[in-house]
Amino acid sequence: MASFPVGKFIKYVILILFAVLFIMPIYVIIVTSIKPLDEVSLENMWALPSTIDFSSYSQAFTKLAPNVLNSIYLVVPATILSALLGAMNGYVLSKWRFRGANTLFLFILFGMFIPYQSILIPLIQFLRTIDMYNTIPGLILVHVVYGLPITTLMFRNFYANIPDEMIEAAKIDGANFLGIFRHLIVPLSITGFVVVAIWQFTNIWNEFLFAVTITTSDNQPIMVALQNLSGSQIVQWNVQMAGAMIAALPTMLVYVFLGKYFVRGLLAGSVKG
Amino acid sequence: MANDVQIKTKRKISKDQWTAIAFLIPSIILILVFVYGFIGWTGYVSLSNYNSLIPDFSFAGLKNYLYLFQDFRFQADLRNTLFFTILFIGAVIVIGMGLAILIDQKLKGESIFRNIFLFPMALSFVVTGVVWQWLLNPSTGFNQFLSVFGIQPKWYTDTNILAGFEWGSIEFGLPVAIISVVIAAVWQMTGFSLAMYLAGLRGIPDELREAARMDGATEFQVYWKVVLPMLAPITMSVIIIMAHISLKIFDLIYAMTGSGANFVTDVPGVYMFETTFRGNYYANGAAIAIIMLLLVAVFIVPYLWSSRKGDQ
Repeated sequence: MASFPVGKFIKYVILILFAVLFIMPIYVIIVTSIKPLDEVSLENMWALPSTIDFSSYSQAFTKLAPNVLNSIYLVVPATILSALLGAMNGYVLSKWRFRGANTLFLFILFGMFIPYQSILIPLIQFLRTIDMYNTIPGLILVHVVYGLPITTLMFRNFYANIPDEMIEAAKIDGANFLGIFRHLIVPLSITGFVVVAIWQFTNIWNEFLFAVTITTSDNQPIMVALQNLSGSQIVQWNVQMAGAMIAALPTMLVYVFLGKYFVRGLLAGSVKG
Repeated sequence: MANDVQIKTKRKISKDQWTAIAFLIPSIILILVFVYGFIGWTGYVSLSNYNSLIPDFSFAGLKNYLYLFQDFRFQADLRNTLFFTILFIGAVIVIGMGLAILIDQKLKGESIFRNIFLFPMALSFVVTGVVWQWLLNPSTGFNQFLSVFGIQPKWYTDTNILAGFEWGSIEFGLPVAIISVVIAAVWQMTGFSLAMYLAGLRGIPDELREAARMDGATEFQVYWKVVLPMLAPITMSVIIIMAHISLKIFDLIYAMTGSGANFVTDVPGVYMFETTFRGNYYANGAAIAIIMLLLVAVFIVPYLWSSRKGDQ
């Protein structure tokens, strides 16, 4: 009793305080989304519901289901394609270095930091010309192309940890460029693929600017539909919150179950990794 | 020694090396066209008279840029971006580093805390905007608690400019409404700096801190004099990553507050979107985009360049 750990106690108090602040918005989304309509009012937005009512979810889901589907059609191919291209690029840039490879890498990497507003006007004109404007394949193309820098970066950093001697040994055994990639690099980079896939999945699912400018009504991914839902004054708050929940659920689940890989992706985005 | 093996592998390398480069070429072409080519194209549009639905690529010189810098809305955007960036980066660094240091103290439940603080990173800016729009609505949300203390901030509906003075066509000062957007953005992005600092702290050997303690340093001095300087490169990275996010921010503000009354929460990203895709002022929109790109490049280009040197 004499040595009550004051320091430790204060540390816990601060951490718990911040944790409560961080969870608060999630609490409000969940509580509001399961309230029956007559309990959704400004006065008792913080109160727990008297009964749990999922009708707002069914309402939000009928409105958002087509857009959720659009997002799935978008995210799955875009993630796979950009991961594969990134793996190939990362392999070349880390294990088959040539003169100027580093400069070329930076030249690719710059594409990850640009404000996409600066390519949007020509991009839309280009997509119109090739008849892919307002299509999901058009959005897939866009996300694959602008995903190249980050996926290349992640795989390049990942492959930097595979010792060059292994590549040399495989070469002496007669394996060629593609053989080494298929039989040595890919099996060694399953974790890399998981990290990159989770990162791309989360980013593309959550992306808004391309989605809102390249697609209209029926072809819009979930985030645009959510924004439209919350922008319209006639939609009730509980339905909006249920919509936010539906839109956030896939990335939330990924975070809960594969959070470790998500954080690795997060750190890889800081270039030096 | 083993001369013939070397010759053999050398020949093989050069052939495979070409294959490697060939595999890289499609990506290089894509980046060349979609990044650099399109930036060039946007630059070209920004110097044209293309300010309606009918494409007009006649040369306008810097007309669109001059228009923007005299424009009330764009001046407000630059002011808002400046204050948003400073407050946002400051808060993300201080809170992220503070929480990282606390979590690094080997307390029980550190992984629970870490997971809670990192969680918003997995959400979309649109979701964040929708939720915080409600939490910081003056008639609901946090104000229901704050009313107990007799304060009712107007949050993002506040049109006051703190310490404002006339400058150009705007009142220059801190727009109070921008603080609400900063709060939402900090909630979402603190996890990033937290993760970075945690990784950094884990990389500092315990012996170093022990040695400082042995020399009689207080716990505060250990952090201030030993740990903090070692985290400087991480702070640099966090500043640059956050600065580029903040300079091009669009979806959070678009979903949460929009431009606001008197453009108190407007930013170039929102202006560009509305003027280009709602108003068909393509040349003006392109000019805003180029200015945004230049602002981001000021941070990013030296950062990338320095990382290249560190590489070799």
